[in-house]
Amino acid sequence: MASINTNIKHYPGFLAVTVFCLFLLYAPLLVVMVYSFNDSLSIVKWEGFSLRWYHDVFNGKETAKYKTAAWNSISIAVMAATAATIIATLAALGMNRSAQWRGKSASFALINLPLMVPEIVTAVATLIFFSAIGFKTGYTSILIAHIVFCIPFAYLPISARLQGIESSYEQAAMDLYATRTQAFTKVLMPLMMPGIISGYLLAFIISLDDFIITNFVKGAGIETLPTAIFGAVKQGIKPNIMAISTLMLLVSVLFVCISYMVGRSGSPTSQNSE
Amino acid sequence: MSTKLNNIVSGNATFHHQRHKLLLPAWLVICLLLVVPVLMMLVYSFLTKEFRGGVIWEFSLAAYDQFFFDRGLFGDEPAKIDWTYMRIYARSALQAFIASVLCLVIGFPTAYFIATRSVRSRPVWVFLITIPYWVNLLIRTVSMKFMIRDSGPLNTWLLQAGIIDQPIHLINTNIAVQLGLFYSYLPFMVLPIYASIERYDFSLSEAASDLYASKWTTLRRVILPAVKPGIIAGCILVFVPSLGAFLAPDLLGGAKNFMIGSLIEEQFKGNAGNWPFGAASSMILLAIVMGVLLLYARNETNAAGSR
Amino acid sequence: MKQRFTTKLIQSAVAAAFVLSANTASAEGSLSIYHWFEYIPQEVLDKFSKEYDVEVTMDTYDSNESLLATLKAGKLGSYDVAVPGDYMVEIMRNEGVLDSFEPSDLSNFGNIMDQWLDVSFDPGRKNSIPYQWGSTSFSVNRDMYDGDIRTTDIIFNPPEELAGKINMLDSQGEVLALASIHLGIPQCSSDRDQLKALNALLQEAKPKWASFNSDGAKDVLVSGDAVAGMIYNGFSAKARNEGVNIEYSYPKEGFIVWMDNVVLLKDAPNRDNALKFMNFLLEPENMAAITNFAQYTAGVKGVNELLTEALKTSPESNPPADAPAGSFIAVCDEATQKLYDQIWTNLKK
Repeated sequence: MASINTNIKHYPGFLAVTVFCLFLLYAPLLVVMVYSFNDSLSIVKWEGFSLRWYHDVFNGKETAKYKTAAWNSISIAVMAATAATIIATLAALGMNRSAQWRGKSASFALINLPLMVPEIVTAVATLIFFSAIGFKTGYTSILIAHIVFCIPFAYLPISARLQGIESSYEQAAMDLYATRTQAFTKVLMPLMMPGIISGYLLAFIISLDDFIITNFVKGAGIETLPTAIFGAVKQGIKPNIMAISTLMLLVSVLFVCISYMVGRSGSPTSQNSE
Repeated sequence: MSTKLNNIVSGNATFHHQRHKLLLPAWLVICLLLVVPVLMMLVYSFLTKEFRGGVIWEFSLAAYDQFFFDRGLFGDEPAKIDWTYMRIYARSALQAFIASVLCLVIGFPTAYFIATRSVRSRPVWVFLITIPYWVNLLIRTVSMKFMIRDSGPLNTWLLQAGIIDQPIHLINTNIAVQLGLFYSYLPFMVLPIYASIERYDFSLSEAASDLYASKWTTLRRVILPAVKPGIIAGCILVFVPSLGAFLAPDLLGGAKNFMIGSLIEEQFKGNAGNWPFGAASSMILLAIVMGVLLLYARNETNAAGSR
Repeated sequence: MKQRFTTKLIQSAVAAAFVLSANTASAEGSLSIYHWFEYIPQEVLDKFSKEYDVEVTMDTYDSNESLLATLKAGKLGSYDVAVPGDYMVEIMRNEGVLDSFEPSDLSNFGNIMDQWLDVSFDPGRKNSIPYQWGSTSFSVNRDMYDGDIRTTDIIFNPPEELAGKINMLDSQGEVLALASIHLGIPQCSSDRDQLKALNALLQEAKPKWASFNSDGAKDVLVSGDAVAGMIYNGFSAKARNEGVNIEYSYPKEGFIVWMDNVVLLKDAPNRDNALKFMNFLLEPENMAAITNFAQYTAGVKGVNELLTEALKTSPESNPPADAPAGSFIAVCDEATQKLYDQIWTNLKK
């Protein structure tokens, strides 16, 4: 590999574009992070470093509102990601551990349908559905809608992981008289774990992030963090919103780090080779 | 014993006979909670709008009529084709297209640069691109809004640096929406292109160079065709969500310049309260997106067949 | 075996979902309010919550029309009380989304000011109690424009300095009413030429407007995103209090007056608490706290003495002596209203 002249790969200016790309991606986020420490009522003028807005987030007038919203967001994300991960794990087994069969590609398309339908269309369809069957919108309606669109996000990493695991593992187990369930729980599932965790985390963060669908199907008096933030932002960007945003940003970074660590824990083949 | 034999025979198909049971939960959930709702939405698009919100269960083509035809303010003029909604769709498509092109122009060199780093440092670069993707879209849009407002940091810096002597007015313009779309979906472009460049065999570039192709010719004639699937995937990942975007036009465009997403939202949450029209607009959007995806899928199978 | 395993997994997932969601379901003693944005101070809600041991939740809307649209879109039965403007009270009653009560249900009913007791939109106050009243016109940032602002030309035929920097309320009733006042035509007109003129006026003015935003009507002026904007008088006073040189206009052509009212919604899940809340709001002390926050004017006796000096003398609440009378928004019949809906749709598309 090293024999290929790296000079051939090199294109002038691509480094500059990459740096520019990263600058574009990070500049607005960093600006919000920095301004969240601004000791000023106005969001425009910089008046020195302070933690007052973080104090305000946890002990201010709106603390109760954001606390409830955060709890709703997190509890929905946990349940939606759990349900979606279970459904996706079973589906991944069914798809990747079966021979070719009629309808396999249709099944693949169906599982990934929530990814293909634009979010606003899903939101409208779900709202109409709940309204037509007389299901009262509220906490449960948000949860149900989240489970659906989390499925493909959980499915993709799990399926990718499963593809990399040869079936000889569970077959060996079954040769040793393990039942199929045992072969799954004792052999296959531990091997799939990094994929399952990645899928879970992705589904979790996607649920936590969702605004459009939640905004359509939420019921009276129920807010999640994104809908609460959106409501506040419509009235103007306040410094406490920046502090909340920064906190959410840190949670996202934490999750991507965990996901990254889990992903690096190696596939079974690379473990063998190391 | 017989099932065990069967497993070995069918290779990587340990759960072949259980596939229906394993897939049933996913099928059920998605059919019941996505396919059925979309069909219901189709039904609603043919219902009659009730005065001041709600629907009456009576068949009507009024929603599609409103979309395509103009019958004047009093509804008694001869119908002529009404371009206003189609223009909103066309403008959204154009903005989504420009967003895809901008993302490609920035995203391709970035993806290429990352894919040509050493195997050890690549994950770090990918990690850097991934972080913004995991950050809440709403927060990113709000950051952008804060950044570009007349008295925001961007204008302040440019003024202080003496590059401009008057703030650039961006907020509540189409350019702001464009910028927001580009910024929101940039990581979607980088990642799939990166994945296909990583699989690209650089000995092809070497061969081209041996045949006295210039670097840029190699890029255009050899690398780009080879990584085309990644580029197309990236463009779709940017184009489709941009087309139905709601946050960028609402927060950055001042809710004045409708895009498809905000037009639909207005029918359900805003003053309009016109469900059948909202359902019809959603159906039309869905049809466009499915059309694009089908074209892509056909292209893919054709390409695979000709290989 | 595997079958049991699969079903077990699904069962436990479903069970977990329901157990957790049941926990968050509202307990007894709750009140669900559907209210305008930024219109009631948290302290007042907390006080009610504490006094009556009731858990209060509140959602907000940003126009009378979207309030009605949401209720008719299946949210009726979720909320106990809402706060529609005058004309919307009449519409909502006609639509059958209001519940009625007797004066004897509210011990503080007598606190309602006499002139707000027998109002045209709710004769005898069977469905509503007064919340706040005020006016809607527009405000201008005086640092950016120092010409005459007491004319609706500022919005519909703006001078060059303001063109492209105007925010409009995202509210059909108010925008169309102010435009009618500008043209000097009656509301609920069914005259073809008048309606065509109204439609044309809005189409011509639209390119000169920057945005449609009701919740942010104050913030766009404070942040400088807009230099002029349609706004409610109290909201403009709040903008001025945030330190920006903003002047509210009482244009010579006329302006909109309104009264927001707390209504009891049909199928209210907590009817008793809703009545307790309405009675609570009729206490002068509580209504004064709201008035000092929202900066409008209350319709309850005994509030004036409790207002801050700044509010009593604020230019937004005290129209100049030569200001014309304001007009309430009229309720049109269905055929006429459809034409106005069409004009609004034309404007927004």
